[in-house]
Amino acid sequence: MMDTLIPILVAAVAAGTPMVFAALGELVTEKSGVLNLGVEGMMLMGAVTGFAVASQTGNPWVGTLAGMVAGAAMALIFAVLTLNLMANQVASGLALTLFGVGLSAFLGKPYESVSLTVAPPPAIPLLAEIPVLGPLLFKYHVLVYVSWALFAVIAWFLYRSRAGLVLRSIGESPESAHAIGYPVIRIRYLATLFGGAMAGLGGAYLSEFYAPLWVEGMTAGRGWIALALVVFATWRPARVMIGAYLFGGVTIAQFFAQGAGIAIASQFLSSLPYLATIVVLVFISRNLATIRLNAPVSLAKSYRPD
Amino acid sequence: MKPSSQPSSRVTRWALGLAAGAVLAAGAALAQAPLKVGFVYVSPVGDAGWTYQHDQGRKEMEKALSGKVETKFVENVPEGADAERVIRELASSGNKLIFTTSFGYMNPTIKVAAQFPNSVFEHATGYKTAKNVGIYNARFYEGRYLCGVIAGKMTKSNVAGYVAAFPIPEVVQGINAFTQGMRSVNPKAELKVIWTNSWYDPGREREAANTLISQGADVVTHHTDSTAVVQAAEEKGKYAFGYHSDMSKYGAHAHLTATTHQWGAYYTKIAQEVIAGNWKPASVWGGLKDGMIKLAPLNSAVPKDVATLVAAKEKDIVAGKLHPFQGPVKDNSGKERVAAGKTMSDDEMQKMDFYVEGVQGSLPKK
Repeated sequence: MMDTLIPILVAAVAAGTPMVFAALGELVTEKSGVLNLGVEGMMLMGAVTGFAVASQTGNPWVGTLAGMVAGAAMALIFAVLTLNLMANQVASGLALTLFGVGLSAFLGKPYESVSLTVAPPPAIPLLAEIPVLGPLLFKYHVLVYVSWALFAVIAWFLYRSRAGLVLRSIGESPESAHAIGYPVIRIRYLATLFGGAMAGLGGAYLSEFYAPLWVEGMTAGRGWIALALVVFATWRPARVMIGAYLFGGVTIAQFFAQGAGIAIASQFLSSLPYLATIVVLVFISRNLATIRLNAPVSLAKSYRPD
Repeated sequence: MKPSSQPSSRVTRWALGLAAGAVLAAGAALAQAPLKVGFVYVSPVGDAGWTYQHDQGRKEMEKALSGKVETKFVENVPEGADAERVIRELASSGNKLIFTTSFGYMNPTIKVAAQFPNSVFEHATGYKTAKNVGIYNARFYEGRYLCGVIAGKMTKSNVAGYVAAFPIPEVVQGINAFTQGMRSVNPKAELKVIWTNSWYDPGREREAANTLISQGADVVTHHTDSTAVVQAAEEKGKYAFGYHSDMSKYGAHAHLTATTHQWGAYYTKIAQEVIAGNWKPASVWGGLKDGMIKLAPLNSAVPKDVATLVAAKEKDIVAGKLHPFQGPVKDNSGKERVAAGKTMSDDEMQKMDFYVEGVQGSLPKK
């Protein structure tokens, strides 16, 4: 049993990590009251930029950084449109996704079918040898640990720091925050750019370390799943993590089912992660009180400070 | 150039002579003008894979017939309406020989060919021919069989893994031939198959390979388009086989060999026939014997005796003494599919819709 379960869990974490990055970033953005539906587009731009820079420079970390910058640059477009020009956030976000899908496909043409050679993740000595816990905790790619650290920092920032309180108050009532003297637009800018950089990081992880190859549209809906996760997690970071790993877990489990020769149509199994995540999503967010408590009240509403 | 109306003066006469000479020279050049050859590719050329091998074939032809051919390719052409437009564009811009290198180009090729009766079309992997359309494909399964032999000898866990795209006969042939080869030297070995339902999705291919490895497979191979499976095996310290191209640079330790596609000789031959004017539409299904597929150099991890065995088997296949599907062949429910002493016909192979004995699970129905 353990022999099957551990590889599934380990693979689930690796498969869930792109969504962890993107969803945590979007969570921070949404907590400031900005709904950016362009996650998929930002992830793709992060993926293509990260891959292209990594294959040009030969340094995956420069690529990762470039991927984050690309994601943030996409978010900047969105921020200018919605925060300065007061464009509708839902429409602008959708447009950003369409733009990102097209632009990344265009930019990525020369890199399709090109492969990156990436060193395997180094296992942490000694700790990785511990039975059960070793493979479960100490054998991941560096970026997986980065995602855990980011989770801790974001959870602390949002609920334990003064700056986080300000961010949340802006998401609840930008008018009040403005009246007290907080720079609503500037903070929303920062939150949006942070969300973009995180989506870019998720994309870069996908194309540079997880695949590691670039192909048009390679995020395959992961950005949308990340968006859904934020809602399903009722804007709580820990639940975002659970949701992302659940999606990763079902993705992997269906491969295991096939490999074990379980006679279920593989086409059905392929759709299972989306199905399972949506079902769980609906199930958990049934509770209206939880949603009301945690959803930023002014989400997706434009605010003009005057 | 406006023709001179008064060719009276000496200068004009001299100029006319020069013009006539130029026309003659142009005519001579026209007679030897290189044959324009167009290629349509389904994906970008990249640095390994299906399209890469076709492009290698194009380059080989260009080298072999240097000066006599002029080639042009269009890459990343989706199968469907775009393909028809691209093929027509190539035909109307003077390409007298056009290779369309993906199954989904079949109907567009036939359609455009009917409108350009003076051009020759060659379609890879299809089944429709016409007056000016020939088809060609390779017996990839022969290479799969040989890879299977190596897998059977190299596996310690007696479990091999196969990442496959779609359950179509060509892919099933590969799975079964691999299994036949593997079990010809190691009857205890079994094969696990995972379908990704996509030709090119590196993320899924890698997940599938990792899954197979954690389920005990210590040799993996793939029938998809990326190098992800070889890379996954390299990371996990397992063995893998490449497909389409020699993928050894993605797995110096893992990559034992690969079934590589070799189109150069065929492309050269067809171009020569078209130049000579004796081309006829044909349906070609070439294998090791015709040089259309070849094993990549074996990894040094393959022991000498195994290498010798593989070489002997390859020789037998070339000589026609060995067929991957020679009877008795049973499917994995125990039913006899080919009787002892018989071999499967090409027709039966092209309709293959069952797993042979030794493959786990059941084949997804379309």
